[in-house]
Amino acid sequence: MKEETRNFTTQLAIIGSGIAGFAASIFAVNRKIATAQIGNTGAVAYTTGYLDLLGKMDGAQAAVNDPWQALEQLRKSQSNHPLSRVAVADIHRGFNEFTAFLGECGIAYSQPEKRNITALTPVGTLKQTLCVPATMAAGPRAFAAKKPCVIIDFIGLKGFSGRQVVANLQDRWPNLGTQRIAFPDMVHGEIYPEVMARALEVPATREKLAYTLKNAAGQAKVIGLPAILGMHCPDHVRAELERLTGLEIFEIPTMPPSVPGIRLRELFEQVLPKKGVTLIPQQKVTALDFDDRGATLSLFDSYGPIRIQAQTVILATGRFLSGGLEAHPDGIREHLLDLPVTQPADRTHWYHDRYTDPRGHAIHRAGIEIDDTFRPLRLDGRPYSDRLFAAGIIIAHQDWIRGRSGAGIAIATAFRAVAEAERYLLAETNPEKRV
Amino acid sequence: MNPPPPRKGTKPGKTILETEVLIIGGGVTGAGIMRDLALRGVHSILIDKRDLCAGASGGNHGLLHSGARYVASDLHSAGECRQENQLLKRLAPQCIEQTGGLFVAVDGDDPQFAEQFPTLCRGAGILCEELTVSEAKRLEPHLSDKLIKAFRVPDATVDPFRLALENVDHSRVINGSIYCPHTELLGFERVGDVIHAAVCRDNRANTQLTIRAGQYINAGGAWAMNIARLAACNDVHLLYSKGTLLISHDRMTHHVINRLRHPGDGDILVPGGTVSVLGTTSTRTDDLENVRPTVAEIDLNIQEGSAMIPALAGARYIRAFSRVRPLLQSTGNTDDRGAARGFVLLDHATQGLTNFCTITGGKLTTFRLMAEKTCDLVTARLGKQEACKTSTVPLPHGEACRWTEPGAAPKYWFKANNPDDMILCECEMVPQSAIDQIVQCAPGIEEEMTLEAIALRSRAGKGPCQGSFCGIRICSYLYDRGYYRDTTGLEHMRNFFNERFKGQRTVIWGQQAAQMELAEALHCGLLGLDTLENH
Repeated sequence: MKEETRNFTTQLAIIGSGIAGFAASIFAVNRKIATAQIGNTGAVAYTTGYLDLLGKMDGAQAAVNDPWQALEQLRKSQSNHPLSRVAVADIHRGFNEFTAFLGECGIAYSQPEKRNITALTPVGTLKQTLCVPATMAAGPRAFAAKKPCVIIDFIGLKGFSGRQVVANLQDRWPNLGTQRIAFPDMVHGEIYPEVMARALEVPATREKLAYTLKNAAGQAKVIGLPAILGMHCPDHVRAELERLTGLEIFEIPTMPPSVPGIRLRELFEQVLPKKGVTLIPQQKVTALDFDDRGATLSLFDSYGPIRIQAQTVILATGRFLSGGLEAHPDGIREHLLDLPVTQPADRTHWYHDRYTDPRGHAIHRAGIEIDDTFRPLRLDGRPYSDRLFAAGIIIAHQDWIRGRSGAGIAIATAFRAVAEAERYLLAETNPEKRV
Repeated sequence: MNPPPPRKGTKPGKTILETEVLIIGGGVTGAGIMRDLALRGVHSILIDKRDLCAGASGGNHGLLHSGARYVASDLHSAGECRQENQLLKRLAPQCIEQTGGLFVAVDGDDPQFAEQFPTLCRGAGILCEELTVSEAKRLEPHLSDKLIKAFRVPDATVDPFRLALENVDHSRVINGSIYCPHTELLGFERVGDVIHAAVCRDNRANTQLTIRAGQYINAGGAWAMNIARLAACNDVHLLYSKGTLLISHDRMTHHVINRLRHPGDGDILVPGGTVSVLGTTSTRTDDLENVRPTVAEIDLNIQEGSAMIPALAGARYIRAFSRVRPLLQSTGNTDDRGAARGFVLLDHATQGLTNFCTITGGKLTTFRLMAEKTCDLVTARLGKQEACKTSTVPLPHGEACRWTEPGAAPKYWFKANNPDDMILCECEMVPQSAIDQIVQCAPGIEEEMTLEAIALRSRAGKGPCQGSFCGIRICSYLYDRGYYRDTTGLEHMRNFFNERFKGQRTVIWGQQAAQMELAEALHCGLLGLDTLENH
């Protein structure tokens, strides 16, 4: 039996389901652009929930405290860095719009401020980030004020040790202690953050945990937990636990895939379709073709082939982990369109000898080239198509890992790519306005 | 001769250790000597400036030669291999997998070499059975379609880490012989024809210590020439050959696969548990300390290896490593592989010494024989009569030595059936209890063990993620148990990742590139190990 092809038409097709892809969907929804989004959402679950903008300048040892000022500096030293190609005001707007959307849909976030937040990591190091989920916000505050605090860990939860957090922060946070407790009704064997988080959506589990937490807190008024405070309404779970214990409570992200990452993925997958986005989250686009009338995306799901006709396309397929770029022994290639990839001369130059070299590795700066309207370029320097835009870390000339700038690049470039797609759509709908 | 002044910052130590024999070098030979001596009732101390198998002992194919590899070039070595292969299979089966080996020729290989091969094997007493092309392909489906000849020989694989650990552990059990890791020889106190003491430095604590012994054995492998010179002996002449090998994610074959030709690059593929090891290249080097694989060596190995096993061209690789093998300098021989692969035992009598000897060269397969010959000399010099027992006494299974065996950890874990014993390394299924046992009982334990030292004594970090996740979990567990108490634990973690990366750097493509991107985002982007300040 030959399966029938299902056809969709849309104004904008977003390929990729990382932070960049989802941010693009959010910006498109807010601008009333008909949108389809395709791509495996796996990578979002690897995020910590922290939204970094710029935490470190390349090669510098010190952290960036004022990311906005650092952006000005970046504009001077690296004009081809993707963050240098978006107006600072647009980056600010993008972050505001993105976090406001998350807040409206059930995960409250801190607003972007003038300075970075010094946030906690699961091993007791510190990290500069711009916005944190509301469930984590009390941690940085308690650290800044050096409030007496107890880090709670759990019997059976591996990879998160309160003793480790304390051992590494004790010099800077003298009133920090730790207690190990049993999670209600999970006394034996290994327990998993995701399971704990879902269990805490049940009021009875919260009450049992609150009782144990109160005892474990001792004299401290603030406690830190691994990120397990519910999956779908974490702010409610935290508020309830605070009410029951009378303590201030915060989460620390755990090793990925972590609950805060899974929360974001589940939020996007549930909310965006309700907002009218055609979301095909578990499939990959197998072909993308352009002609005079638009773009055609081909893919398959378990019901058969799908064809999407789109007026514009945003390529946000990420790097190696998400499959946007492929590393072959003889070079790096862009997976979907075989776009030219700016890259080191050969494999010998991909990495420095030392893994944790603060300069970062050349392979991470590889990527596709774009013009000022965020259109990917061919080898001859001309746009691949007037309808195609790019967003996220597939764009060259950045090292999001060393720069602590993954979410920043994703949100900023998605903001610009959607703005450019919108401009194109307007011009196509009203040809007389075309400039 | 006076010892050199201590290096700046080295605290002068009052520690003096005494023993009958000091063995310098913790490769399999040194470990084998330690056990051989213990079985003869002689107490020893074994020191290594790094840790067990840090040199060529830990950087080879893990191939237990049948001897067939050497029938055309070195009949004597071939015979030694045949004999040791049979002995070790019987006496140390826990370290060996009896895979069997194939010698295969493909279109374009010298047919004359292939023709004379079975005759040469017979001459050396090595079993050699000719297979038809279709039989060989049935045994090993990945073999090339261009196969023209195939023979089966009794090659096997051996785990050099377990072998060294078991030898050291057994020595401790027999007579309390001591292994000191991270203990580097600085010099000898020599008076006339006798060495009175060895001056050493504990490289972790940075303190000096003195070891007094009746006899001193230099089992330094590639470092043997440098060690001999510290005793003013100039009769050890070594050349250094760098070999690079790589490890595939999957086990490609059941048997050891050898190319049936004069030994060359990338012509041996050896299975090891769930993976395969391909190699090796051979280039002359002067540098013993900073050997690392290069992209060109990796590509050459794959290109050559895929002539036998075409699937190697598209395989996923998880790691590469380079080590230096010591070659005995002989005149008129320009081919490093053809250079004598036998071993040499020097008594240094011509250098005016009566209690110092050097054993070097040779190969993993003949380590026991090398130890036997060395101990014959040393016990005679000590005036003892006891004969060698390592050719008859089986190597016992040490409880804390069992964690290096591929695929064994899951078996122990399922058998123990303790749900509270959580798996820390998920690729290789290494549980908490294994870490506890290693930290408490394994040979060469120290007060604050590094993750590298734990990885050496287990399978932790050997799987596809190369430790990027389990390194974090094990580190967290060590904090939890109170072994790590401050930020030095994070330095151990960072150093472990940096060390693992040396092996990954040249094979990062395909899925490994994705794995690496995730690891680096975690280690540097989140945890900030790239900005960690040293304690």
